[in-house]
Amino acid sequence: MSAHAAEVASKAELWGGGRSPFSVTYGKLFMWFFLISDALTFGGLLTSLGFYKHKYADIWPASEEVFVHFPFTGDFHLPLLYVALMTFILIVSSVTMVLAVEAGHRMDKKGVVLWLGLTVVGGFFFLFSQVWEWSHYIHGNKLGALKTENMEVLRQYDLGPPIVAQWTDASKTALRLPKRDAEGNYFIVEGAAAAALIADGKEVYGANLKENEYGSQQYADFFFFVTGFHGFHVLSGVVINIVILIMVIKGMMHRRGHYEMVEKTGLYWHFVDLVWVFVFTFYYLL
Amino acid sequence: MKRDDILRVDEALYPHHDEEHGKVVRKKIVFVTILLTVVTAAEVLLGVFASGWIGIKWELVKTAFIVMTLVKAGYIVMIFMHLGDEIRSFKWVILGPYILFICYLVFICLYEALALRDIRQFFEWIM
Repeated sequence: MSAHAAEVASKAELWGGGRSPFSVTYGKLFMWFFLISDALTFGGLLTSLGFYKHKYADIWPASEEVFVHFPFTGDFHLPLLYVALMTFILIVSSVTMVLAVEAGHRMDKKGVVLWLGLTVVGGFFFLFSQVWEWSHYIHGNKLGALKTENMEVLRQYDLGPPIVAQWTDASKTALRLPKRDAEGNYFIVEGAAAAALIADGKEVYGANLKENEYGSQQYADFFFFVTGFHGFHVLSGVVINIVILIMVIKGMMHRRGHYEMVEKTGLYWHFVDLVWVFVFTFYYLL
Repeated sequence: MKRDDILRVDEALYPHHDEEHGKVVRKKIVFVTILLTVVTAAEVLLGVFASGWIGIKWELVKTAFIVMTLVKAGYIVMIFMHLGDEIRSFKWVILGPYILFICYLVFICLYEALALRDIRQFFEWIM
């Protein structure tokens, strides 16, 4: 953006052909159009998550009570910290990517290789974090939960079966229903009522597409779909970044005279980060 | 913002810049990095501790989450994805239709979901 002579162009000159009216190459333009369509897909996924969240507003699990573990710390209670770390890793890899683009504008091949390489490392970090989180989510807590269909007890709390209730402790005699009273405390069922729930119930351990020990089935379904679809984007982003990195190392971009390929893969990578920012808010925080 | 009716005679489709301008760009990147980190940290702290604060309105916390997310998204799109450097008409070709569609989708989905929740709770209540 150097200060060169400028002239006012008429609409006919601008749109009459022979030049890009948007002042971008067609590759970048269509990368943006692709990102818009992809963003609509994610927008659809997240709005449908919002749909079920509102439909089951009273019994939807609270994420800060589900995601409480951190690797290598055992059963220590650290709510949302691991997800926050994953978010931070992705933001940092987005920063290294934009630094690679900046180095490309200066035709600094060494800089591009360094920053793009670090972006790939960050992408792998995120992917392995997600593998740990998925594995932890699927296996669940050792205690498990109870899926119950006993109408007699549940109707007293205006709940419709089936309901997943959490054990209050390891003795497995009292249950915590996924509904709160006026003061915001969960309803606890004890004694004969709890025994009736247990008699009509089934213990569930971990989560998959058929069962979910954390609460509503939709909560697990959306976890797998939203973070899975995003993780697949991260995987393909890492692969594309590696391909571009090899091209940069071989000097292909330098011979071309510009590093636009880095800019285009950068757009995709920033988009992946952008989506995670929204997933983090709408799945984990709200 | 670049005016889209003014063309540089040698408008380059492949932007290049020198070391001096690179310093300015990097300074901006560092600023956005710090901002994104701080906002994320604030979101996590709010998410973990807000439920323990007495008298806090949960709707207010939720609004804060959404506002902070939109701020983060704005900085990523405008600075990291360089959409802020593109010409105005291109910016709106990208953002306009998307914002329009998503606003409509969010409105229709959440409105319907709340109606369905009322129906669901009514049936659970009369059971």
